[in-house]
Amino acid sequence: MTQDLRAILIELGITGLIAAALVFPLITLRTIDSFEGLTINARWLPSVLAVALVVLGRFGLILLRYERSAIALAGGAAAMLAAAYAWSSDLPLSKLFEVFLFAGGLFLFARAAIQWLVIARGVERARIDTARADAALALRRAIPLAAAVVVVFVAFLPWLPFSSIYMLDVGILILTYVLLGWGLNIIVGYAGLLDLGYVAFYAVGAYAYAIFAVNFGLSFWWCLPLAGLLAGISGLILGFPVLRLRGDYFAIVTLGFGEIVRLVLINWSAVTRGPDGISSIPRPSLFGVAEFNKRATGDLPLFHEMLGIPFSPEHRIIFLYYLVFTLSALVAIFTLRIRTLPIGRAWEALREDDIASASLGLNRTRIKLVAFGISAAWGGFAGAFFATRQGFISPESFTFIESAIVLSIVVLGGMGSLVGIAIAAALLIGLPEVFRELSEFRMVAYGGGLVLIMVWRPRGLLSFREPSVRLFDRRGRMRFAAEGYAVGDSPLAAPAPTTATATAMTAAPAAPATGGGAVGEGSVVRQKPTGSKG
Amino acid sequence: MISGDGEGGSVEMETETTAAASAAVSATATAAATATATAAATTTAPDALLTVEHLSIRFGGLLAVDDLSFSALPGEITAIIGPNGAGKTTVFNCLTGFYSPDVGRLLMRHSDGAEVYLERLESDQIARRGRLARTFQNVRLFPRMTVLENLLVAQHAELMRGSLYTVGGLFSLPSYRRAQQAAVEKACRYLNLVGLLSRADEEAGALAHGAQRRLEIARALCSDPVLLCLDEPAAGLNPSESKTLRHFLRRICEEEGLAILLIEHDMGVVMGISDHIVVLDYGRKISEGTPEEVAGDPRVIAAYLGEEDADDGSTSSTAATA
Ligand SMILES: Nc1ncnc2c1ncn2[C@@H]1O[C@H](COP(=O)(O)OP(=O)(O)O)[C@@H](O)[C@H]1O
Ligand SMILES: [Mg+2]
Repeated sequence: MTQDLRAILIELGITGLIAAALVFPLITLRTIDSFEGLTINARWLPSVLAVALVVLGRFGLILLRYERSAIALAGGAAAMLAAAYAWSSDLPLSKLFEVFLFAGGLFLFARAAIQWLVIARGVERARIDTARADAALALRRAIPLAAAVVVVFVAFLPWLPFSSIYMLDVGILILTYVLLGWGLNIIVGYAGLLDLGYVAFYAVGAYAYAIFAVNFGLSFWWCLPLAGLLAGISGLILGFPVLRLRGDYFAIVTLGFGEIVRLVLINWSAVTRGPDGISSIPRPSLFGVAEFNKRATGDLPLFHEMLGIPFSPEHRIIFLYYLVFTLSALVAIFTLRIRTLPIGRAWEALREDDIASASLGLNRTRIKLVAFGISAAWGGFAGAFFATRQGFISPESFTFIESAIVLSIVVLGGMGSLVGIAIAAALLIGLPEVFRELSEFRMVAYGGGLVLIMVWRPRGLLSFREPSVRLFDRRGRMRFAAEGYAVGDSPLAAPAPTTATATAMTAAPAAPATGGGAVGEGSVVRQKPTGSKG
Repeated sequence: MISGDGEGGSVEMETETTAAASAAVSATATAAATATATAAATTTAPDALLTVEHLSIRFGGLLAVDDLSFSALPGEITAIIGPNGAGKTTVFNCLTGFYSPDVGRLLMRHSDGAEVYLERLESDQIARRGRLARTFQNVRLFPRMTVLENLLVAQHAELMRGSLYTVGGLFSLPSYRRAQQAAVEKACRYLNLVGLLSRADEEAGALAHGAQRRLEIARALCSDPVLLCLDEPAAGLNPSESKTLRHFLRRICEEEGLAILLIEHDMGVVMGISDHIVVLDYGRKISEGTPEEVAGDPRVIAAYLGEEDADDGSTSSTAATA
């Protein structure tokens, strides 16, 4: 290592320079709104610390490269300790910095520990890999249970002792994005079409709800399905021309449609009230039985008077929370179900290979159109919910950035995985809310998160795919008691003492294939005389 | 994202042959013209399942298929052979609607008397209306779906009807469960036939190459074809796999009463199992007949064995005259 000192120093120097170049505009320069106007203030200490942190991290990686895992282990542990200390003390450091210090230390520590196990303890790489694979499998098996626990937790959140209006508000926000993510997932995750204009359907749903509710006085329970229906129809109308396009062209045209919808909202003032937006959108009533206001506005009785309890704004929020929870549950059940149906498999087949799909008789346009319509309808539901929660909507709320956020939720979560998408929504929407300090770095965090996931999990957080149907259950027994197919032995299977059918039927799914062997004696094969040229 | 021009990938690779092709077409024009004249007389069999007449398709300046006529009889294996770039895959792409021919008639005559003109159908109607299924030269499975799912996609239409176009499926009505059961049973039958039943729940993309080729054939069979078009099914198989494939093809042809249209480079496979062989060279049919007839045809020997020499000769002679 010492003989490469020069090279190492150069590498550290370059790292430092790059870090400094990034840190200077991002951290050092800070605009201050003082009474002389906007002035720029330099923050030197945090900048120097940040650069030093990057250089130290690089040094840790270099140590690993030279297999000095003990030093790296100590370094990682020290970084974590320092971060923990800084967090608990009141040093003038930003919390963000401490988080990064801790994460970096943890990363270094883990890498060093693995290396140490491999080198010092002679543990074989293969064993670590199998351990990892086992852990991944265990995680995979645990997901349904974990998901159930989370669903129960979410369902009872309003009644838990520590819940607050603030928590429920964040919960509603997250669930709205979960709803949007699951909706977009049908187009992006299943049908494999990169839709950059999903916000269009969100907007159509929201405006449909607002216009029907304000102009025609329809109640929430009429407007919600109408909004979904209109959004679905708009999905079919927009989908028809664009679905013939492929890949990048499709993405760009959907991006354009998203913008067109927004521009229509701004300029069609007669209906949408233009840039001013639509305000005083009625809030949902308790299924048309009671309303959640302090004083009566219509002829409905008041919720708190009905129950004889004092008025609290919490009632409405809890109701909204359950509303979006129910909507999400509906979408989840529907999606899980339709995925196992022929139409769901056809979406995935088109994503995998649309030429092969066409050769098998799948009508590509029609199948994609169904995906578009359903996905748009779910987006419309989310939009209607958004409108009733906000009470006010304007074209401002439906910019491209919304499409980008929902798309990154789907991509980060692992395309096609409902659980992964829910986790990604909680991370991307919840964390910036919870760590208010982070929220000014929201876009940096998005970018960073996306890059990290691209590096570590290029297919998203939870990227494995559960088959839509399985032939064998966990014990290796056939789930579809099949009789009709058992004709003759398999001409491509190796001759076995029993018939090939019997062995194949009882074999576990993981059993090695029996193909590629010679043909059984019994099979009748007419051999043509071979020509002179072979 | 998904790109539809995978087959076109071979196009770029083979562009060098293009110049040589056009040169040779003009050089051998007279010889080929006589060949087509004799061939046209032999093709129009009244009981043919597939009749291809005067099929031509041009890509820019290249006549990829030039006035090709042949027919395939039910229950027989018809092979299309020829050097690389001869236009074999292009014929398949015309049959399955991925290319629309410039000239020509592609007629399927079904046993119930129905006549289907393939060139008038979209690529996704061919499987159902023409009852024609195909495999691809570079295997095209749905790699992230399981083996069983691959076969269920091939039965999409039946399953859609069974699920009452999704509505019944959502509520798991008995009609859907019946349709699903039937589809799985059919899939199992073909999986058993190709020796992949025990691997039904594995990802198709994780199978070995030979198994993927077998799966692709099983998938094609699941769509209930009367004509199965196989594009170089033995490519990349080892000798023992290729031998089993040969027996397998012969057997499904007889047991299922299928007609097979086979593109193959492996002469052992072609000569061993074909009933009828059509030889293409530079898009033209240069010979046709039983394996023995074709093997003894001097034009075939020239195109195949003397391929290099003939090419060099014709190109240099054109260059000399130019
Ligand atoms: N889509 C296409 N565009 C342009 N040229 C094509 C296209 N498809 C095939 N060709 C050309 O047609 C000729 C025949 O190709 P092909 O049918 O793939 O030959 P093969 O007999 O080897 O299967 C080749 O010269 C090829 O380059
Ligand atoms: Mg080919």
